[in-house]
Amino acid sequence: MALTPHDIARVASLARLELRPDETERVLGQLNGFFTLVAQMEAVNTDGVEPLAHPAAILGSVALRLRDDIASEPNQREASQRSAPAVERGLFLVPKVIE
Amino acid sequence: MSANFDLHDLSVFDLAARLAGGQVSSVEVTQHFLKRVKNEQLGAFLAVDADVSLAQAKAADVRLAAGERTPLLGVPLAHKDVFVTRDFPTTAGSKMLENYRSPFDATVVNKLGIGPGGAGMVTLGKLNCDEFAMGSGNENSAYLPAKNPWDLSRIPGGSSGGSAAAVAARLIPAATGTDTGGSIRQPASLTGITGIKPTYGRCSRYGMVAFASSLDQAGPMARSALDCALLLSAMAGPDLDRDSTSLDLPVIDYATDLIAAYARNQGAAAPKYPLKGLKIGLPRQFFGAGCAADVLQAVRAALAEYEKLGATLVDVDLPLTELSIPVYYVIAPAEASSNLSRFDGVRYGHRAANYTDLNDMYKKSRSEGFGDEATRRIMIGTYVLSHGYYDAYYLKAQKIRRLIAQDFQKAFTQCDIIAGPVSPTVAWKIGENKADPVANYLADIYTLSSSLAGLPGMSVPAGFATSPAGGGMPVGLQLIGNYFKEAQLLGAAHDFQMATDWHMRQPGGSV
Repeated sequence: MALTPHDIARVASLARLELRPDETERVLGQLNGFFTLVAQMEAVNTDGVEPLAHPAAILGSVALRLRDDIASEPNQREASQRSAPAVERGLFLVPKVIE
Repeated sequence: MSANFDLHDLSVFDLAARLAGGQVSSVEVTQHFLKRVKNEQLGAFLAVDADVSLAQAKAADVRLAAGERTPLLGVPLAHKDVFVTRDFPTTAGSKMLENYRSPFDATVVNKLGIGPGGAGMVTLGKLNCDEFAMGSGNENSAYLPAKNPWDLSRIPGGSSGGSAAAVAARLIPAATGTDTGGSIRQPASLTGITGIKPTYGRCSRYGMVAFASSLDQAGPMARSALDCALLLSAMAGPDLDRDSTSLDLPVIDYATDLIAAYARNQGAAAPKYPLKGLKIGLPRQFFGAGCAADVLQAVRAALAEYEKLGATLVDVDLPLTELSIPVYYVIAPAEASSNLSRFDGVRYGHRAANYTDLNDMYKKSRSEGFGDEATRRIMIGTYVLSHGYYDAYYLKAQKIRRLIAQDFQKAFTQCDIIAGPVSPTVAWKIGENKADPVANYLADIYTLSSSLAGLPGMSVPAGFATSPAGGGMPVGLQLIGNYFKEAQLLGAAHDFQMATDWHMRQPGGSV
């Protein structure tokens, strides 16, 4: 099953990317090449195998932790906003969303 | 310090001893390396700030003068540019973060650094890498390709290519790297240095710009196993409040046993077979037709040396080795597409100059900020996670990931460590493999499976290519250990390095 330019446009939109026509063409070829490689996975019998999301899950003795839901870092608003493209009075600016 | 003495030829261990002995100051050492870094032609550095480095060196000298004697105090290093730093810019090799300045330091940076509780190392700057650590040749850096000091027309490997090039050229005694699918081991192999990726979770990921969170792991790159052991001892350890995947295991001193082994080997009672009893498993799948003759020759010669040291070699099977390529290239891009969604042009990172509305701003900012490889992986990841394809690709890959991890456990019932090549080829020419990025993924075949399983692995200099096409380039031997067995890996590498001098070789010519 080969991807079409329509698939590329849909995925690009989901990923909030904008591809030029020549990029769409190139990415289409590369992704189709890639999914030919991925098709090898179909031949592996995985009946009854649990997905492994994370290596820690097989290190039996080591549990993934949750910490208490409390702020543990000091407020660094100014330092954190120093690299922001547009800030005003401590707020991040974005284009108007509500007309 | 004698006038003709080259500080950059000293190991981390020897530099630290001279600093502790008062023969040289950290400021002198730092100035020496800064001079080398300033003139470098390798594209290894993305950021240098002599004032910052010298201030850190002065602080180290104050601690030395006060009598502090810790193993790394005053020794310089540089960080791969995916570790965020307050005192230097952090770009992750991407235009997306061109003007980014982190408000905090990564845990690894803190642990190694001059601040309170840190090991007291001096940061010389930030090192080039593939954009968001995605690549095997450092050619995906948005800034400039890094070059291999053994042949400036060749890649140094990737993604930690700047780290590898700088250490191999003795611009710095050691560096940090990160390894998601081989990004410490492969560049170490291709530049003839030593690097270790510890067990997933050994080092905190806090402050590492995230690529694939279930795979990313930090590790040291240096010239010897002993130097790596010194650095890893300082980098590793639990970071319970800041990284939920950091392992809650005690910090281990990886270096003391290695230093003792040195002493033991000097004495009259030096053991003839220091590795007696060690069983090394050779996966059949790592020694097949896909591996260059130059690489196989050097790896087999290194294994013969291991036999001389008392180790025994046994054949093992890792039947899904080839499958690790599609499995990795489904899982890693899936996680990457999620991680890189944070770059929206709002809180930090590049924002397009012109756009029509919020959605258009996201799209234009992201498309302008990400390079080709990051874009490709975001596309793959978004597709495999999208409705209707999740089960066939992402879930299927995760199931095979478990089978791959189980195969390793089966193999480890027959052996203590697993060995083979790191990369199927030596370093290739810059630009040579750019046309077909998907074909490049195949070159990661020997490093991906242990990454998927979360196992520790390292690259140890094992010789050089002897064919004309190989250009005399370095070859690394890969050692893979079972979970938490970094000490065993480092010990096996150290014994090999006491018997061989591959790790002492250095590139000729000027850098």
